[in-house]
Amino acid sequence: MLFKSVLLGGCVLFSVLGCSSQKIDSKPTINIWHWMTDRDPAFQELAKKYETLTGVKVNFELYAPSDAYAQKIRAAAQGINLPDVFGILGQKQDFVSFIKAGHILDLTPYMEASNNSWKNSFFPKALTVNEFGPQNSYGINPGIFGVPIDIMTIQMVYNKKLFTQLGLNPNRPPKTLSEFLDTGAKIRSAGLEGLVSGWGEIWMIDCLASNYAFNIMGKDKVLATIKGEVPYTDPDWVRVFTIFKQMKDSGVLARGLVTMINKTAEQLFANEKAVFAFNGSWCANVYQGMNPGLEYGAMLPPQASDKFPMAIWGGAGSSFVVNARSQRREEAVKFLIWLTDQDQQAYLSAATNNLPANKNSLSKIPAILAQFARGMDYATHPNAWGVSEFSLVIEALDYGIQSIIIGEKTPEQVAEEVQKIKERELAKKRKN
Amino acid sequence: MKIKDTLENYVFVLPAAAIFSIFYIIPFIWVFKLGLFEWDGISFTKVFVGLDNFKEIFLQDVNWWRAMWNAGYVTLIALTFQNILAFMLAWACDRQIRMKNFYRVIFFIPPVLSEIVVGMIWRFIINDIEGANIINRILAAAGLPNLMRHWLSDPKTVLTTVALVHCWKGFGWGFLIFLAGLQTIPRQLYESARVDGANAWQSFKKITVPLMIPVTVLVAILTVLGSMQAFALILGLVGGEFAGHTSVPVLRILASMRGASSRFGYACAQGISFGMILVIISFMQYRFSKKGQ
Repeated sequence: MLFKSVLLGGCVLFSVLGCSSQKIDSKPTINIWHWMTDRDPAFQELAKKYETLTGVKVNFELYAPSDAYAQKIRAAAQGINLPDVFGILGQKQDFVSFIKAGHILDLTPYMEASNNSWKNSFFPKALTVNEFGPQNSYGINPGIFGVPIDIMTIQMVYNKKLFTQLGLNPNRPPKTLSEFLDTGAKIRSAGLEGLVSGWGEIWMIDCLASNYAFNIMGKDKVLATIKGEVPYTDPDWVRVFTIFKQMKDSGVLARGLVTMINKTAEQLFANEKAVFAFNGSWCANVYQGMNPGLEYGAMLPPQASDKFPMAIWGGAGSSFVVNARSQRREEAVKFLIWLTDQDQQAYLSAATNNLPANKNSLSKIPAILAQFARGMDYATHPNAWGVSEFSLVIEALDYGIQSIIIGEKTPEQVAEEVQKIKERELAKKRKN
Repeated sequence: MKIKDTLENYVFVLPAAAIFSIFYIIPFIWVFKLGLFEWDGISFTKVFVGLDNFKEIFLQDVNWWRAMWNAGYVTLIALTFQNILAFMLAWACDRQIRMKNFYRVIFFIPPVLSEIVVGMIWRFIINDIEGANIINRILAAAGLPNLMRHWLSDPKTVLTTVALVHCWKGFGWGFLIFLAGLQTIPRQLYESARVDGANAWQSFKKITVPLMIPVTVLVAILTVLGSMQAFALILGLVGGEFAGHTSVPVLRILASMRGASSRFGYACAQGISFGMILVIISFMQYRFSKKGQ
């Protein structure tokens, strides 16, 4: 009886502890984790091509949706079990945490080899989000830590057919905020929806808010606010919040916008129910899939002020980093050099309708992508600012703007609430 | 011989004890320990902050308490509306009615569906822009156009809408447990009562209700635990926290775990606090029901 019990216990322990296995493969294999569902078939194709060329097997593993992927990467980092190559979703602070924990290889020597040949092949702004300059506020040694595989800009798009229907010029989208607001009444009377976006998922709200902040007060004052030198109750910030109230009052925002997820916003725009959308350049691929005949154009968010230029978020769309602890890091870097070369980038762009990160691959992209690419001249990105806002402040700002849109709070109230949280977080930081 | 027996007993207990410790006890202690640190979830360095995270949750975090309030509101509707509906339907199906097996199957379909799927289905049913706008159409057809609303994007209606969809999804569990409870009541009791001249209402009040109290307590505890922890349904239905109007504790914990400068230690403290609150509520319910009995 005792023997049977010991045997049973042993079996259970064996089954619990013996779950892991390791594949033995004679070919060198580079493991890559990513979240990009739309790009996975193209990645698999390129992996096959690379194996034929070099004999090195590349194993792309897709984990979607992006939230699940982000958690998987975080868990793998905690268990020091990251793959050879992976991408980091999140903001600069997340990137910093991974670098500080020693998970990410500094790619500067590879980028600068052969007279900066790899580095020079990219759009400079695509590299900025993966780069840390001298004396950066994060305490990271200067260098380039990630490889952009495509670029993106987040802009507005407008439906040309609906523009004609509304009596607007389809070749001249609104340039100023007042022109934009004027379209609200026409849109409402035609029974259409105005601007759609994924504002239920909130981060796109602070994206547009920061666009207007740059336009109204300029980059220096925005960064000074993040550093805590300018309060959110400053009249310029109240003006930024007021823009959302004006948009709501004019009827230019779609109904239910504050609970809209981006997938829904994309459906509404692709199905020609909405006149405007605020979306990233990845939308070209989405709209192509939903409605290949959709006639639309890209435009910058209409200017609210002529004091400073309008800025939009842009730069590296998706980036890969190399695991500093990987035994195959040299092979991984070689693969990334190949992946970001002109031909592979052109293939990726054609197959996925994304903007290539390699500037030499831009010559043969569709017209709508070229419009998005022109937006790179106005592009900026929080990851390139060198300072990061507290996550609780960003959350308060996003929720505050949602409250303005649903008529629950005034811009002044929101400004005060955001500033209160900012002061609390600054005090906490000083204490630590 | 006695030692051998004792040893043998321990060996039998060992696998269960090991699994329980590995998957429950150790993670709980580990999460509590992490709750005492300021940690981003990635770095190897964690800053010990003692009970600061817990202090912040209980004394400063307005969003957390708003989320608790919202979850409490959903739970209150589930405890009343959902459970009364479940009880009435179970009571009806316990009697000799036609097609009662068909109803049993139908009522059990919503609970087995994924919360996200239910959220998305109801989003489509309710939403007036992207969906079928069925509720507003019914109201218009019934001559009540003044009651038409943007149910999911109006702060005044969104939480009640969420709570009602949650009830629709959850009442099947209560229905099944109530039905099982009703079937354990001996039929002779009802027959004796009828012989003694009791009418249906008196039988219900004097036999069904007292004998169903233990089952009702069980359903109430399960409803509280299920409703307070609901979050996937909200993501499917509303897409997020909607300026705090649909915040619930689990969404707050998720918000602490992700985003820039994520606060993994704080999220752990939130998880522990939330767990303790639920344990206390369940314990109070149990004690209260014991007293009632």
